[in-house]
Amino acid sequence: MASREFLLKSTPMELLRQFPFLNSFFQGQTIDLERSKQSTLQEILLEMDESSQEDKAFDADHFLEQLLDFITQMQTFLGNDQLTVDSLTILPGHDKSGVPEHFTELLFRKSTITSIVGPTGSGKSRLLADIEWVAQGDTPTGRSILINNEKPSSDWRFASGKKLVAQLSQNMNFVMDLSVAEFLELHAKSRMVHNETEVIARIIAAANELAGEKFLPSSPITSLSGGQSRALMIADTAMLSSSPVVLIDEIENAGIDRKKALQLLVGEEKIVLMATHDPILALMADQRIIIRNGGIHAVIHTTEGEKAMLHELEEADRKLQQLRNMLRAGQVLSTT
Amino acid sequence: MNLITVSGPPSSGKTAVILKTAETLMQRGVKIGAVKFDCLHTDDDLAYEKAGIPVKKGLSGQLCPDHYFVSNIEAVLEWGLKENFDLLVSESAGLCNRCSPYIKEIKAICVIDNLSGINTPKKIGPMLRMADIVVITKGDIVSQAEREVFAARVHSVNPAAIVMNINGLTGQGAYELSTLLFSPDKHIDSLKGRKLRFSMPSALCSYCLGETRIGESYQMGNVRKINLNEN
Repeated sequence: MASREFLLKSTPMELLRQFPFLNSFFQGQTIDLERSKQSTLQEILLEMDESSQEDKAFDADHFLEQLLDFITQMQTFLGNDQLTVDSLTILPGHDKSGVPEHFTELLFRKSTITSIVGPTGSGKSRLLADIEWVAQGDTPTGRSILINNEKPSSDWRFASGKKLVAQLSQNMNFVMDLSVAEFLELHAKSRMVHNETEVIARIIAAANELAGEKFLPSSPITSLSGGQSRALMIADTAMLSSSPVVLIDEIENAGIDRKKALQLLVGEEKIVLMATHDPILALMADQRIIIRNGGIHAVIHTTEGEKAMLHELEEADRKLQQLRNMLRAGQVLSTT
Repeated sequence: MNLITVSGPPSSGKTAVILKTAETLMQRGVKIGAVKFDCLHTDDDLAYEKAGIPVKKGLSGQLCPDHYFVSNIEAVLEWGLKENFDLLVSESAGLCNRCSPYIKEIKAICVIDNLSGINTPKKIGPMLRMADIVVITKGDIVSQAEREVFAARVHSVNPAAIVMNINGLTGQGAYELSTLLFSPDKHIDSLKGRKLRFSMPSALCSYCLGETRIGESYQMGNVRKINLNEN
């Protein structure tokens, strides 16, 4: 464990060798730490007079405190990498009028899909917020969340880099001015994955598998089509996001294979929640939650009859998709 | 009365986050007042009024808003005490990246948005680095990967802060934030003798005093020259 004294006696280079993750921390500082290879932190800090500290908005005490914090947090974070979320459980609360919810507990296992249905304003967002905040009877619904069947640690609320829910929605866009490969590299670096190149190649391959039209690692992310962007977002969230739960908010049909997208997420052991009113998507789920007046009104396990219906719907969907592709290829449409 | 200071770059969503959070607190019977510090113009006081929150606004004009804030916060606190608020929110726009508007032991929140660019966390000084809670907004319009990268950048410049994603439009996350802002047993009666977390940006030169002419002979006081020879 690092102590303040230890830090002061080390040079920045020595610290970097011992804690490679400090790279991002050092780069975030307003002072140049790597410049002086021989000086210890103590010497560097003593060398700065008051006015140059003010100039750089730098406070030595605060800096040391944050450095210690960062090292402690990153060590815990890296040590906890193995901790997986196998299941999530919701214990009932009540709806907006205070009527208790009817279930005893609601279980979400990894690699399963749950759809969430209910009119706008019925309380879907509140349910997701309860999960995200790992509610402990302390939110307006009174619900509690268990992780792996246990009361979760407060880290899930407050620790940075440890968020329970990743979100994908129709309105999300890429805003960074980078190529696909650069972008994924940036994300991989922030997650400190070991096999960067391999993960990046896998994501690009998977995204191209989902999108109708292929893109290159060198394509700028902002120039991707709607379908390509969505495909890349899904593949990236499946393979590179730290969050065990993925919430999908109405993914559109255009230009992306939604079944494969869900399979990809399930294959990466995510707990998938999906707000949708599209019958094909809703029936792909193992169960669906019906929300009414702010409460969970019912839970329906997808029935055999519904699964049979899903086949018909998928057949119809395939036909539509075929016609779409023919249109794109400039052909004359005919029903075969 | 509790006092919190909220700061952040212009248009990052400070007012929206405060209003959504205040709404959930008011539902729980907490009496809230607000003061908005800005430089030239603000209509945010109208937004507070519309939400039923008593508000005062202060425009710093040609002065540094930070300096204006610190010379007026005591009077504002007295106003809050007189009005019997449970929670007084001081909102100030961070107009330069060297802003340092936080007071020791007074809860400090920095609001910053996902659209501001991934290098922004590094560019912002004490306003971000010394905040207790960092609220990241506009997450609903960027990808999951960008949210994660941005949050990681914020973490690397302020490892001690609680980082929260809040949607200022729908209020998602605002309830959760509200639970961190108000504690009934906390009472701030005076700010006398309290200290800023970091010294404010300083400047005292002829241009501070209204000089408009350009040229060496008009520059007096605390003047610094750009170094064009380095690199």
